[in-house]
Amino acid sequence: MSLDRKDVERIAHLARLAINEQDIPDYAHNLSAILELVEQMNAVDTTDVVPMAHPLDAHQRLREDEVSEQDQSSLFQSVAPQVEQGLYLVPKVIE
Amino acid sequence: MHTMSIVELAAGLHQGEFSSEELTRSLLARIKNLDPQLNSLVTLAEEQAIDQARNADQRLAGGDATTLTGIPVIQKDIFCTQGVKTSCGSRMLDNFISPYDATVVEKLNQAGSVMLGKANMDEFAMGSSNETSFYGPVKNPWNPETVPGGSSGGSAAAVAARFAPFATGTDTGGSIRQPTALCGITGLKPTYGRVSRYGMIAFASSLDQAGPMTRSAEDAAIVLGAMAGFDVRDSTSIDKPVPDYRANLNDDIRGLRVGLPKQYFTEGLDSGVGDRIADAIDVYKKLGVEFVDIDLPNTHLAVPVYYVVAPAECSSNLSRFDGVRFGYRCENPKDLEDLYKRSRGEGFGAEVQRRIMIGTYALSAGYYDAYYLKSQQIRRLIRDDFVRAFEKVDVIMSPTSPTVAFKLGEKTADPVSMYLSDIDTIAVNLAGLPGMSIPAGFAHDLPVGLQIIGNYFDEARLLNVAHMYQLETDWHNRIPAGFE
Repeated sequence: MSLDRKDVERIAHLARLAINEQDIPDYAHNLSAILELVEQMNAVDTTDVVPMAHPLDAHQRLREDEVSEQDQSSLFQSVAPQVEQGLYLVPKVIE
Repeated sequence: MHTMSIVELAAGLHQGEFSSEELTRSLLARIKNLDPQLNSLVTLAEEQAIDQARNADQRLAGGDATTLTGIPVIQKDIFCTQGVKTSCGSRMLDNFISPYDATVVEKLNQAGSVMLGKANMDEFAMGSSNETSFYGPVKNPWNPETVPGGSSGGSAAAVAARFAPFATGTDTGGSIRQPTALCGITGLKPTYGRVSRYGMIAFASSLDQAGPMTRSAEDAAIVLGAMAGFDVRDSTSIDKPVPDYRANLNDDIRGLRVGLPKQYFTEGLDSGVGDRIADAIDVYKKLGVEFVDIDLPNTHLAVPVYYVVAPAECSSNLSRFDGVRFGYRCENPKDLEDLYKRSRGEGFGAEVQRRIMIGTYALSAGYYDAYYLKSQQIRRLIRDDFVRAFEKVDVIMSPTSPTVAFKLGEKTADPVSMYLSDIDTIAVNLAGLPGMSIPAGFAHDLPVGLQIIGNYFDEARLLNVAHMYQLETDWHNRIPAGFE
């Protein structure tokens, strides 16, 4: 699988990454090389092999549906780039 | 004091030969004096360390101390530490002070250990040479022109340089064992689920596991005992009692069956490294260990599978870094999309961006079956190889890395060649098994690591097997020139 400039731009957009125009050829080259490495998987017949979600086949633990967390929002917001009145500030979304 | 093991230091502290404050001050001074050569620490927590040391001295005087009370530690900068910067080696978190402690940090604090500072690492633990760190590469104390390995390169270099008797590390594809090998120390990646991942910044959640990096197996047994255990805050933590890992260290290993997988002894293995592994096998033969050739036929697929699973999970985990709630935010965003894209584009380095993009691609519409699903199927085949092998053998041995430490800059231009330096460690993560690396001599004047892989939750046996070797050899006590 070889990726071109348009593929890299599309993936970067999906990943919400601003990448420099001049770095695109490098990304295309390196990402293609990684996908080429990965493609060794195609030689393996995996018909009827159950995908492995957990090495010990553990399952998600359940707990009683009760309040277990305290409200620590102001502590957590103390490390935010921009907050006001308990709200995270971002550029205007709706005009 | 800097050359003493945890066991020796604990004896000195308990007998009042020196105080934790004296020990802490002497190691802090040592780091300030020598670390400019290595860049193994990104943050020195001087004031907090002195406070912790004084508290430890009170505990020691009051008779309420553990083996780790007053013992200095360096935490990998991937573990959240309340009040001390947690950068994860990234510009993204260069301004991040965690509001809480990781469980590993909390447990070591409760045991009374003293955190000297935070270790440098590859950015978000993505790297095998510690060259992707925002804070610059770490140098290998055995030869400053070579890498210490990665991603726990700072932890490994600091322990090898005798800055602290132990450090913490995390291992997603070899990030404890490979730097452990390249720096000539002892390190253990536990069974997946043995140590809590809470507060350990996530890279690939189905693979990440924390463990001790020490100078000896005996010290690793002490530290693992303090780190391990069930944690309700980590949904993948396994609820299983923690044994006393020191109890079986001296068990006789006569008759132990050790598997040698032929796939780990191929033409890619440096002959100098191969010779040291052969020497180690001879030492074990003298101890009455029986070696058996085994077959792990899907080994060659481990690196390809890993480079789907790990980037896919990383792209999902790292989506939390959005410039809104914490971490780096770009200047003057023109709209919300620009805020996301530039904060992430400017906050993450090139290797992290590559992995996010590979993961995003593998998980994008139409590609899921061909990549992620396929990789999880082959992952089962790799796991099943080990399950079958452990029906015949007690542990498996191999080189930890096919080469000794490589030169700084040698592999940075070619990500795939860098990825292949983890070829001997990755399968263990995919299978969720415990693995260790111990020093087994030198090739090309650089340390060689012997990898010991165990069955699920068989950490005590790994430590026993490693300890018996360390009673016969002194590789683990060798100190790099300039750090004596």
